Amino acid sequence: MPTATAFLQAESVSREYRLGETVIRAVDSVSLSVEKGEFVALLGSSGSGKSTLLSMMAGLDRPTSGAIRVQERNLAELAADDLARYRRETVGMVFQSFNLLPRMTLEENVELPLRLAEVDRQERATRVGEALERVGLGARRRHRPSELSGGEQQRGALARALVNRPAILFADEPTGNLDSVNGEQILLLLREIQDSLGMTIILVTHERPLAERFANRIALLSDGRLVTDGAQH
Amino acid sequence: MKTRDLSELAVRNLREAVLRNSLTTLGVAVGVASLVAMLSLGVGLQTLASQRLTRSGLFDAVFVTSQRSFRGPGRPPSAESTPKKDSRTLDEDVRLQLSKLSNVTEVYPQIRFVTDVHYAGKSESTGVLGLPDSSRSSGAFEGMTGAYFSSPTAEEAILQIEFAKLLADQPASLVGKELILRYAERVALPKNADDEDILDSMMGKGTPGGISIVPREKTIRVVGVIESDPSAGIGGFGGARVYLPLKTAEQLHVAQPDDLQSFLSGNPAKPSYMALTVRVHSPKDVPQVEAAIKQLGFATFSLLDATKGLRLVFTVFDLFLGLFGSLALTVASLGIINTLVMAILERRREIGILKALGATDRDVRSLFFAEAGAMGLFGGFFGVALGWLIGQALTWGTTIYLHRQNLPGVKISFVPWWLALSAIGFAIIVSLLAGLYPAGRAARLNPVEALRYE
Repeated sequence: MPTATAFLQAESVSREYRLGETVIRAVDSVSLSVEKGEFVALLGSSGSGKSTLLSMMAGLDRPTSGAIRVQERNLAELAADDLARYRRETVGMVFQSFNLLPRMTLEENVELPLRLAEVDRQERATRVGEALERVGLGARRRHRPSELSGGEQQRGALARALVNRPAILFADEPTGNLDSVNGEQILLLLREIQDSLGMTIILVTHERPLAERFANRIALLSDGRLVTDGAQH
Repeated sequence: MKTRDLSELAVRNLREAVLRNSLTTLGVAVGVASLVAMLSLGVGLQTLASQRLTRSGLFDAVFVTSQRSFRGPGRPPSAESTPKKDSRTLDEDVRLQLSKLSNVTEVYPQIRFVTDVHYAGKSESTGVLGLPDSSRSSGAFEGMTGAYFSSPTAEEAILQIEFAKLLADQPASLVGKELILRYAERVALPKNADDEDILDSMMGKGTPGGISIVPREKTIRVVGVIESDPSAGIGGFGGARVYLPLKTAEQLHVAQPDDLQSFLSGNPAKPSYMALTVRVHSPKDVPQVEAAIKQLGFATFSLLDATKGLRLVFTVFDLFLGLFGSLALTVASLGIINTLVMAILERRREIGILKALGATDRDVRSLFFAEAGAMGLFGGFFGVALGWLIGQALTWGTTIYLHRQNLPGVKISFVPWWLALSAIGFAIIVSLLAGLYPAGRAARLNPVEALRYE
């Protein structure tokens, strides 16, 4: 349920898609509050609406109705440029398919958000180095994504998500393309980041054991609706 | 995103699809090259025509006559040509006065007379014209057999080939030979004591006695034979077939039609001229000099209006050449649109990633614009170079052809700096316009849909 002190608050958020005459409601009146520093897992089967909800909370998409408030701002009402700034300054994102640009080296990929944020060149080099060291890829900075393993690519993507020092990290099935060992490493890294930086993390996954092991709280979605929302031990 | 970062990303993107982008850039280059080649041809021909006309002395000259005598070339007598009471005689004082006007380079009279030419027992009658030293650079004597006068006062002659054929079967053999000119010299006479009273009563006291016409002969050396007729209408050499240095011709004191006027004006020893040619620095100085001369009370004529007409013709010519050249660039711009639209399809996911990382619509649009602009810039540079090479090849080919026709080579293509810069600028503008639609389309992509694209 929404609370007055929440860092991120979704209020009766719905997202509909039209396919000809048919209206598909991917997210249906979901309300959710996330406190600062929380590690929340959005759990659900394929097509449950968890990725759609995450896209709206990350500012990549807008709800058809409802509001998503982050630090007093309603993302649904932000202008396109302000929404881009929100993604650039407040949000870090990790995707299932890594989404590193294949033409760039690892350090150039990690530097990209800093270029977009117009950060000074010297500071960029420092921050890229720090981010890559944090994920254990300091020695692979000159390699292209095709020269890295899946786990390394996802760690590289994580470094890129962290380099702008975001307040909230969204991870959309980050272990989906990894084996269990690498998947666990990624989630351990997320947990370590949450602990050390106090970062808010929202993880989308369909793997209940991982969610139960690493998240503080699990929100279960089914057919676009929030079914349960409860804290973990 | 900062301009430097934007440029780096654009160049990197262009490098990644190097073959396709190079071919597109080459398309722009070919378009620009055709535009530059066409316009350089127009500019070159215009420059060539202007240079030839300027060197002919027709367009940087003002022809001055006394208001009492001027009628204009081929014109019937008009109200303007009727003698005026205050009209002045063209004499040496006037020549000096006109030469001191600003932007005037030289003033010379038309010395023209009829002579009998004797050579190897043959005698032919023809017209002689005195040529100012500036005629040397007029271009009329290019390709002449022999050489131009060795000095402005040399006792030398250049013959027109048709006349030379009358004197010798091989006209070229006359070069270096001596001819005898027979002409009528004007001599001022002192007053005869017996006639003095009668003359004083008729013309006033103190007037000189009169003029006498005396037959003379002069030996001159032929230095050249000119094939083409260098006649160029007013102020040119029309009608004459033997040419002497102007000063040499003046020193002969040949009787002129206006000598009678000199006699009547009271000073037969001081020659007056039918007309003076005033040469100015450049054709643009003609109106100002012409106005100044009219202020002095003389009639003037220039061919400036003809150059205006010529400029109009070349402007229309350039316009048509430019339009044809632009067609190729239009086709090239379609290539840019195609390349960038293909790039959007291929890079849809990349656009989604950029947007997810915080790129604004403007960042994405600028990136595609920068890529289009870079293709235009490189295409523009290569196109200007290629167009210049095409122009050089045309000049080279034309020169070979002209040499085979025993004519001097000419530069028919010229790429001025303004054409090179304009062509590059035009290529960039056309490329940016071509990038307008693809860039807008890329900027509008929904990031969620773009990220889903495989």
